[in-house]
Parts: sequence; structure tokens; C-alpha cells
Amino acid sequence: MGEKPLLEMRGIRKVYPGVRALDGVDFLVRVGEVHALLGENGAGKSTLIKVMTGATRRDGGEILLAGKEIWPGSTKEAQEAGISTVYQEINLVPTLSVAENLFLGREPRRLGMIRWGQVKKRARAALERLNIKIDVNRDLGEYSIAIQQMVAIARAVDIKAKLLILDEPTSSLDAGEVEQLFGLMRKLKGEGLGIVFVTHFLDQVYAVSDRITVLRNGKLVGEYETAKLGRMDLVGKMMGRELAELEYGKSEARVEKKGQALVVARGIAKRGSIEPIALELSAGEVVGLAGLLGSGRTEVAKLLFGIDRADRGEVRVEGKAVKLRGPREAIRLGFAFVPEDRKTQSIIPELTIRENIILAMQASRGWVRAYSRATQEKLAEKYIAALQIATPDGEQAVKNLSGGNQQKVILARWLASQPRVLILDEPTRGIDVGAKAEIQKLVLSLCSEGMAILFISSELEEVVRVSDRVAVLRDRRKVGELSGADVTEQAVMRTIASEGGA
Amino acid sequence: MTTMAEERAARYSKRRGVPRLVWPLAALGVILLFNFFFTPEFFRVTMRDGRLFGNVIDILRNGVPVTLVSIGMTLVIATGGVDLSVGAVMALAGTLAAVLIGLHHWGAAAGISAALGLALVCGVWNGFLVAYLGIQPIVATLVLMVSGRGIAQLLSGGQIVDVINPGFDYLTKGAILGMPFAVYLMAACFIVVAVMTRKTALGLFIESVGNNPLASRYAGINERGVKMVAYIVAGVCSGLAGMHVASEIQAADANNAGLYLELDAILAVLIGGTSLSGGRFSLIGSVVGAMIIQTTRTMILNKGIAVESTMIVKAVIILVIAIFQAEKFRTLLGRMLKRGRA
Repeated sequence: MGEKPLLEMRGIRKVYPGVRALDGVDFLVRVGEVHALLGENGAGKSTLIKVMTGATRRDGGEILLAGKEIWPGSTKEAQEAGISTVYQEINLVPTLSVAENLFLGREPRRLGMIRWGQVKKRARAALERLNIKIDVNRDLGEYSIAIQQMVAIARAVDIKAKLLILDEPTSSLDAGEVEQLFGLMRKLKGEGLGIVFVTHFLDQVYAVSDRITVLRNGKLVGEYETAKLGRMDLVGKMMGRELAELEYGKSEARVEKKGQALVVARGIAKRGSIEPIALELSAGEVVGLAGLLGSGRTEVAKLLFGIDRADRGEVRVEGKAVKLRGPREAIRLGFAFVPEDRKTQSIIPELTIRENIILAMQASRGWVRAYSRATQEKLAEKYIAALQIATPDGEQAVKNLSGGNQQKVILARWLASQPRVLILDEPTRGIDVGAKAEIQKLVLSLCSEGMAILFISSELEEVVRVSDRVAVLRDRRKVGELSGADVTEQAVMRTIASEGGA
Repeated sequence: MTTMAEERAARYSKRRGVPRLVWPLAALGVILLFNFFFTPEFFRVTMRDGRLFGNVIDILRNGVPVTLVSIGMTLVIATGGVDLSVGAVMALAGTLAAVLIGLHHWGAAAGISAALGLALVCGVWNGFLVAYLGIQPIVATLVLMVSGRGIAQLLSGGQIVDVINPGFDYLTKGAILGMPFAVYLMAACFIVVAVMTRKTALGLFIESVGNNPLASRYAGINERGVKMVAYIVAGVCSGLAGMHVASEIQAADANNAGLYLELDAILAVLIGGTSLSGGRFSLIGSVVGAMIIQTTRTMILNKGIAVESTMIVKAVIILVIAIFQAEKFRTLLGRMLKRGRA
């Protein structure tokens, strides 16, 4: 592990309208090290990467590459300076050959003609150096994502990169491919490259990185040597909770709620998405799903709502085995799902509040018998009042509402369908504090009315506050379940950080 | 908490949202006004042998095929798709009716029913390709657009098939209370589709699917079924239009019936205020759009201008609509209006 600084970023500031995306962040990558850049959603990781790769300009601070100040104004300039990025979505051309991809835009020429013999020879040499044994004449698209990624890395290295940024390179790779990639990273590190590694998988951070920099809310939390930072501490730093801060008992003992299990999922799984998981939901109970980003929370919700089909395991509702073939079947069984991405997955922007609210109940009733206009208006009015949706009336297009109010409309849509099981995926993301508290309160009151609720959130504090039980996920598997007095932020964090898992 | 800006935005959209029909109606008004001044006797309607005659009546009657097709096309476009096969389906249905009635001496009602049945099957085929196989609408309906006329020629043996049948003739030559029968047929088709979409939840589902298909699926809407219905309605409407054309010329012409009508229909739907990206739709807007197209065509014929220039006029209309629908232009226009008021 080298000590010579390669990339030094000092006091980096970046302001977007209304948001301080980066606020005086320092970041130091040394020659010959793998440096993990970590943080939860909105921590500022991607902004920091954009600043160093020239995708966006910094508003303040300085960047030194090998001691020289740089002002990359575009990714091309950054590349010429020696900073190359390999994204999760590979930006190569799958229909061109491996060799063509390696030399795209910088083909060796003589008298304006591309020297194809040279292209192939040099491509072969570049790949051999990294122990990648593939045919350079075949189309890139014929190879797996893992190989494509390695070709992208080979290209970056061949452009004489000094600093290589890998932005979530492992999220679509299987275990063997990840190991292959790590081998390559170690080799490059040995050759004196600095590597910035962004990932959501804690195990991988510990497997390959030398140092860790943690960001939170656009600020630097700190830089640590991986070997000296415990998992528990790391999780605490990412989530912004110090252990000491949490060393107090729960103020109120949870009331033991007894209801028969309404939904029992046993060993449901989907390859490449979530490992077999068991989950029970009972009437009058909120079950939280906690875990870091990418731990498989949304994937569980999608399986339960029939959006993704489980390739193994079974789900029983009131003891009867059911097949969740799609949202319509799930809705018929009494499920409701508020998805994570409001814009693409839940609102119908052009339609009015009234139309958005009645959509799910009308859908389950079928198209032939429309609810009368009067019924629709009454329902819309009822939910606008009950959820305090800020709007003059139900005839406004939903696209004109604020995020929090849109989310309330979606909640109203599902409440109107009178579900037995309500699945909420990040229901309070991106909405203001007031609306957040209202939604949390609503969840608790629905639960006391006998609904079974699955509550997914990346905010630990929120999960702990509303949940009776918390299932903890890590790296796409369930690593523990906490209930009663054990439902504390500290316990959840310990479970996330635990090695191996239950 | 609602901010002032939000409230203002909401009020603005409401003000703008209600009179969506204003633009196409204004355009039709301008064209009619132009004719009022520059086409002698444009609005003169006379009664002969218990029938109404005149330019306006001709426009209504000759506008029947494009209007029928536009009604079906509206639903397809609202789901975020497009149906390029409508012209070919017209030719196919017209040919089948002509072969059955003209050559095999079926009754008019039986022949027409069989032809409409075939048009419905065409709609099912398109719907299947788009909704169940997930093929892009342009590509999926191109299949039938290309093959439809070929199949029609196979049916007719490559000949133009004559139909001399009083019942079949009545479609275009009959009249009730002086008004051509075809106009009643068009009105009936409009009312049926309007009731089917607006008195049930089908219209809501179509708009929802067109506006955000993923969210619609998550809300439990059978988005495949909804798309299927839209293509079936488009197929049947095209079939009806095909009957009109065949009845008009008392023959089926597999090569020319409904040629390029898909483009007129798409244009009519756009003029009517339904966006090509899907979502909100207006059936009455499409009818007005179809009438604008037919009036323009009649006007150009009356003026003795070369028929070819119809194309240029249409191109200008398309350009103007495209510009008015562009977000950038609207923002610019809004800013200009605001500055003018200040």
C-alpha cells in the first residue's frame, strides 16, 4: 500500500439549487491503493465522482492529481489527465468487436486509414497483460457483463489512467465474477494505480479495499484504514448514529400484539435478486425491513406484490398457498404496494387527484362498472381531508402537487382499495419533515385498525419507530430478525454489521 | 403545505385544461370563415328530391371514412401506440364485403357483418402483437399495413370486384330526413365509442396506461387488455370506413381504398389535442380534426388548385401543430404573453 498521494481533493464544494451536495469534502487517494467511497443515498458520493471525472464543475475547493492542480471540464479532459471511470452501465458498444471497443476513438492510423492489424495486436497485448483471455475479434456483446466490465477497465488502463474509478461495478455480477474482478483490481493496484471503489456491499469493502472514506449529507465523516475500522463503527458512521448516542433503553415497552399470521412467506427467492427469505406478516403489526441500499429490501416487496415472480419458495395467505403472478392477483388477495419511485412507478401525472385515488379500486372492480362521479368525488374529498392533501380540490392534475402531497395521493389510492396487507417502500423519501411525520402517524393508526404492514425504509430511526418487528437484510439475504424490546437502532446496526450472519 | 407557486401552477393548469377543444374549433372556424368570404355559395344548402345538397353536406359525407378511422385511432394513440394498418384494414374489409356480396351473392347485412368480423380479427392481431408480444406499435402494425392489401388482392384475385346491391348502396346513397345515411352511421359510431369509454372506466384506464404504463400495472390495471381493446376498436372503425369506400364506388379496390388514410387519421387525432405520447384523449377533438382535414381538401378542390397542393397544406398544418405542442415553444409563448401583459 503506497503512501504517495495520487489524487488530493480539498474542501470540495458543490451547490445545486436549494441543496448543498458537497460541503467542504476532502478526499485523498494514494498511489497503489483501493479506496472505498461509502455513504447512503444522498450522501454525495455520485456528486464527488462527477466532480473528479469532470462530469460537473466544482463550486469551490481544489483538486490535485499527482501534485498538479486540475480543473476537468469534461470527462474527456479528466481522461486525458489520467482519470478514467468504469460505470455500472458499461459505456461501450456491444455490437462492435472487443478490439474495436478497446481503441474506439483512438485507433492507430497511417495516412488517415485505420491499421486494423495494429488494433488487434495491441488489443490482444492489452488484455493479456491483465490476464483476460478472450477473442478480440468477437462482438463485445457476446461476452458476459463481467467480461465487458473488464474490457472497459482494460481500455481505461491502456489510456494510461493513473486513477480508476469503479462505480458500483459488482451490482450485477455473481460471486465468481466478483472474485475475478477483485483479482484484476489487486493486480492494477500492484502496478501503482489508484482505484476508487463505490459499492453497497460491505463484505466487498472489507475484501478488497485498503482505506475507506465515508460521506454523509454532503459532508466528510472521515477517512479510515479498512483493517482498523470495525463493521459496527462503519455502519454507524454511514448512518450517522454513534453507538454511545444509542445506549439508552426504549422509552416505552411495545405492546405485545397477537394476531394470527396473515401472510407467511417461506424461502421465497429470485436468482440474482434475493436469496431465499422467510417473512411473516400479521394483522395489526408493522414489520420493518432494514438494511443498506442494495441489500434486497425492494426486491422482497416486489416478490410479495407479484411484480417479480419468485423462482422458489411459497407464500401462504391465511394458510392457503397462493400464486402471486402479478400485481392484479396480489391486489385481489388484499395486498397493496406503495413503490419506492413515485415518478415512474406510482403517479399518473396527467390525471387528476380524484382519478389517481380511485384508480386501484376501479381497477379491481373492472372497467365495465365505473364508480359514479359523485362517489368518486366523495372519496377524493374524504381522503384529501383525512390525509390533509394540500390542494384546492380533487380536480388538480397530480403532477402539480409537491412530492409529499403526491405520496399522500398514492397512499389514498391504496387505502381506498381497503387492503389487508400494505407494503410501503420508502414512503417518506424525498418529502418534507411535516409530511413525513404525518405518514408515520398514519402507518401506526392503520396498524392499530388491524392492517398488516411491511415498512421499508433506509432511515433506521424511522424503521425502529414504527415497527413491531424488524427483519434485517444484508447483501440480498436476511441476516436477522428483531422483535419487542430488541427493536433498537443499535441492534439493527449490529445485525447489519455482523459477519457471516444468522 | 402548498406553496404559492404550486397553487398558481394548479390554477394555471385548470384554466388551460378546460377549453382544450378551443384550438381545433378555432382552426375549423378560420377555415370556414375563409370559405365564407372566398368560396361563392360555400354554405348554400338546397333540397332536391328530399335530399340536402351543398358543400357542407358533401364535406360531412365525404369526411365519414377519415372520421371513423380517427375515432379508433384516438384510442390507440391515447394508449401511447399508433395503428398504421387502418388503411389496409379498410381495403381488406371492403374487398371481403365485395367478394361475398358481389361474387357470392350474400345479403348485404351478412356480407357487411363478415367484413366487420374480419376487421375485428385484424384489431385482435395488432393488439396481440403490441400488448402480449411487446412489439413496438409502429413495427407491429406495419406488418398488417404491408400484408393487408396483399391478402385483399388474394381474396379478389387481383381484380376490382364490383358490388351492385341496393342494401350495400344504401350505406353511401341512402338518406334519412334529407341527411346522408353515412352521416348517421358516423354519429352512431362516435356515440358508441364515447359511451364505451366515458360512461365506463375504460377511458380512464386508457389514459392511465398511456400516461404511465408501469404505474398503471402496479395499480392493478390490466394494461394488456386495455391496449387490446383500443386496437380492436380501431380495427372495427376501419372496417366500417372500408364499407363506406366500397359502397361509394360500388366496388372494392384493394390497391387504393384507404390509401394514406392512416396519416390523415393520425393528423386528425393530433389536431384534436391528443398527444402522440399518449394519455389524455379527446374523441370530439379528433372528429373536429377530421372535419378540418376534409374541409381543407374540399376547399382546395373547389378552388381548382392542383390536388397535389393538399399535401403542402397538410404539411403546414402538421408543422404548426408540432410547434404548438412543443414544450419549449409553449414556455416561450407563455413568457411572451406575460411580458405583453406586464
